[in-house]
Amino acid sequence: MILIHCPYCDEQRPGLEFAYAGEAHIARPADPSALSDEEWERFLFIRANPRGRHHERWRHIHGCARFFNAVRDTVSDKFELTYKAGEPRK
Amino acid sequence: MSGYRIDGLGRVDRSRRVNFTFDGQAYAGFAGDSLASALLAHGVTLFGRSFKYHRPRGLLGAGAEEPNALVTVERGGGVFTPNLRATAVEIHEGLVARSQNRWPSLKTDFGSINDRLGRFFPAGFYNKTFMWPRSFWEKLYEPAIRRMAGLGDAPTVADPDHYAATYAHCELLIIGAGPAGIDAALEAAGTKQRVILIDENAEMGGGALADPALAAWLERSLKALAEAPNVTLLKRTTAFGYYHDNFIGAVERLTDHLANPGPQSLRAPREQLWRIRAGEVVLATGAIERPLVFAGNDVPGVMLASAARTFLFRDGVAVGRNVAVMAAHDSGWKDACAMARAGMGVAAIIDCRSEVDPALVQEAESLGIDCLIHWSVVGVNGRHGVKSVQVLHHDDFLDRRLPCDALLMAGGWTPSVHLWSHSLGSLAWSDDWGAYLPDKPNEKVRCVGACAGKWSFGSGMNVGHLETNRNPAAIKAFVDFQNDVTAKDISLAVREGMKSVEHIKRYTTNGMATDQGKTSNLNALQLASAAMGKPVPEIGLTTFRPPYTPQTFGALAGHAQGPLFQPTRKSPIDSWAEAQGAVYEPVAQWRRARYFPKPGEDMHKAVARECLAVRERVGIFDASTLGKIEVIGPDAAEFLNRMYTNPWKALEPGRCRYGLLLGEDGFIRDDGVSARMAPDRFHLTTTTGGAARVLNMMEDYLQTEWPDLDVWLTSTTEQWAVIALQGPKAREVIAPLVQGIDLSPEAFPHMAVREGTICGVPTRLFRVSFTGELGFEINVPAGFGRHVWEQVFAAGQAHGITPYGTETMHVLRAEKGFIIVGQDTDGTVTPHDAGLDWAVGKKKPDFVGKRSLARPDIVADGRKQLVGLLTDNPAEVLEEGAQIVADPNQPVPMKMIGHVTSSYASATLGRSIAMALVADGRARVGQKLHIPMPGRVITATVTDTLFYDREGSRLDG
Ligand SMILES: [Zn+2]
Repeated sequence: MILIHCPYCDEQRPGLEFAYAGEAHIARPADPSALSDEEWERFLFIRANPRGRHHERWRHIHGCARFFNAVRDTVSDKFELTYKAGEPRK
Repeated sequence: MSGYRIDGLGRVDRSRRVNFTFDGQAYAGFAGDSLASALLAHGVTLFGRSFKYHRPRGLLGAGAEEPNALVTVERGGGVFTPNLRATAVEIHEGLVARSQNRWPSLKTDFGSINDRLGRFFPAGFYNKTFMWPRSFWEKLYEPAIRRMAGLGDAPTVADPDHYAATYAHCELLIIGAGPAGIDAALEAAGTKQRVILIDENAEMGGGALADPALAAWLERSLKALAEAPNVTLLKRTTAFGYYHDNFIGAVERLTDHLANPGPQSLRAPREQLWRIRAGEVVLATGAIERPLVFAGNDVPGVMLASAARTFLFRDGVAVGRNVAVMAAHDSGWKDACAMARAGMGVAAIIDCRSEVDPALVQEAESLGIDCLIHWSVVGVNGRHGVKSVQVLHHDDFLDRRLPCDALLMAGGWTPSVHLWSHSLGSLAWSDDWGAYLPDKPNEKVRCVGACAGKWSFGSGMNVGHLETNRNPAAIKAFVDFQNDVTAKDISLAVREGMKSVEHIKRYTTNGMATDQGKTSNLNALQLASAAMGKPVPEIGLTTFRPPYTPQTFGALAGHAQGPLFQPTRKSPIDSWAEAQGAVYEPVAQWRRARYFPKPGEDMHKAVARECLAVRERVGIFDASTLGKIEVIGPDAAEFLNRMYTNPWKALEPGRCRYGLLLGEDGFIRDDGVSARMAPDRFHLTTTTGGAARVLNMMEDYLQTEWPDLDVWLTSTTEQWAVIALQGPKAREVIAPLVQGIDLSPEAFPHMAVREGTICGVPTRLFRVSFTGELGFEINVPAGFGRHVWEQVFAAGQAHGITPYGTETMHVLRAEKGFIIVGQDTDGTVTPHDAGLDWAVGKKKPDFVGKRSLARPDIVADGRKQLVGLLTDNPAEVLEEGAQIVADPNQPVPMKMIGHVTSSYASATLGRSIAMALVADGRARVGQKLHIPMPGRVITATVTDTLFYDREGSRLDG
């Protein structure tokens, strides 16, 4: 079972305590009504799906319950780092 | 005992005789014997029938790699364990074992006709042969294949045993207690590290068990380890999987080897699952000898040289009295000489190499062994045992008969990198070994001993098929013994265009049996390499996956089975319903009372009675499972305004509102009535199944999109018991019980909430209705739930109060056209589709999902809309999920325009009602549509979804 470092608890915890929450750094537009259909479609549906470094969100759902960001390699399945929500992309 | 047991050799305890049976025949062995060694000692060579051709098979190996000798072991009372390797079954007094995959008996097996028909079963046979006509598959092909194919039978009675599970943490985990693993453990003994050493066998020692010269060292070392306080020794424990971050799954076998494990009720767990997290892992998993590929290499009595050595020195059993060795590797010579020195008759060593280390030859000759260098075996005579072999001189290409009673193969060694591969460590091809060796680790792990290629077996030649003077199309030279894959199958796969090893594997099924190709993968690679004219590393290697050897479902499930499979959530009122004889249904993880049958009532009758009681008098319903979230903070109203479709900021404290929650894609996710308790406090409700999902979604927005909002969300689902009281008499029932709340319709209107006490218990009393009747939902702290319920029920007796369950709740809400999210919606339904436009705040600039409601596909014509359906025959109740067509006479496949989402017999209306999602449904009101069912077509008229009390006159009682 994979170990994940929660940046809020500052502890390495078993993967069972966490829930995946999709790609990171996709901010909800401040004024969705100002977006064209194509722009809204990109926000809603289009994801990077990279081979390699992936910025993604996790939630320490059975711990402190906080959402945070992580960089994980989709080939090796290794976490490179995790950081708090709101911090810039790393 | 039989003459195959050699005096003075082996570790079995000759003072302890053990009686057992195999295929009904009584045998005796010694304590410490495996089923394999005990039967070998009696001269048994035939252990089973092969998977596809039903060929007679004996032992190939002596350990975990054994592909042939799969047996079923009885456990009493119809319980048995199939597909155990005879080499891994410890005998105990009274053991009952039987062979598999044969009928009527092991020696006479009708299925062996497949062997004669072998040319009809080439590689890819299943893919090619059973394609057409399709109808033949179900009636002919599948039943026939099921009878013939497969390994052992699956037990049909429930497993009476129980299984334990535990966690362990250590700095150092060593897997494999052969010499290398023991050395690694000795090095760490006495340090501050927590060390765990695990081994799959009954006795630790690995290869040292078959080497009398190491016996004293082994005894000394194991004693030292047993005395080291920081070392835990786990024998009979198989590390079956290596997962992320040095997490290892292992199964310890606790009782199967015991003659008398005790009565079932008091018995220790059969197996224990170990979940081990290790700082560092040392893999000392050894290496497995490779068979050689030639015609007849699967005749019983043809086995690995290392297996023969193990049976002789570990168990004191000679596999023959006059054996021959077919070698492509020095280790075969060493094993042959060691066995000859120990007194076993070795007739000859045949080696396909043109040159062999003269020292080995000299030693063999000094022991009186014939040395046939640059020769190969081209055939084996005998069907259930070896009578002689045909040997071919590579120079004259003529073969001669060589008498012997067993043939031992020494084809080189394959390091056991299975666990290393699970951990995603890389592998590098080694020409010296003719095998892949561990290269770069992906975890904190190192390999030691033979697993790392650090072991001196001597050297050898990497061969595919041995030289032969036979027609290659006419011989069966086996590569994968368990799946019956021959060398011919591999070359056929290459000829038919399979280029990758992954394709060859799937086309031929090589390596896909329960042994995962432990003895066959490398030979298949060599053969494919020869057929393609490419070096092995260019062909690649298939991936090993857990489990290393087959494990029981029981061990993996542990206690998580039956009632403990997952938690059953019960409301505080559940025990009352149980005492009343409620029939339950599962809703999410809850069990909810579905209806309360009176004697003689079926569900239909009970629900009709319950529905009429609510409409005419009053019903009481346990709504405690509703999801509840307390939303607190100065920005609470702003937050809900952004989450829900409708406006929340103007909602006055003391009032309730129906909230509709969309995903950002505009589709309905959840709904529920929520109340404003104070300017900065809301009491939200969600659907029973949606509670956790809704809280997660709200937390997500709050934490990551709007962290500036000062709001706190707390799940209160289990803090409140909720008693729904519905019906014209509801107010009269609770009036004497309530203090501090004016219940009059003027003071306490529909969709209001009040705080006070009921039966002396503080309550949040909601005036809401999911039935269309006057209704209250009494929220009290969960611990008082049953108390208040009983008081209300007692007070209601004078008014004919009737408990009702979820089925009646569903009917009553459908009569009013109220949707159930997840039943009348399916994740693709917008508020407009569901007829809920009224719940969408038109003037709100934004809320979750709003932008999507303007997407072209969402505003397009032809979307499915929720409508009512009234069948022509009022007694006809449509099936939920049934498909709807406009024209019942169109050819099949028909154009389906929608489906039934909810359908009930309504006692109130005296007829059936249904709701359905139908393309352009609202424009079809008044039209007849058709629901084709097997053998008939049902016709129904489209209506709106409000079937009862269109004026809403009943809300005030
Ligand atoms: Zn945390």
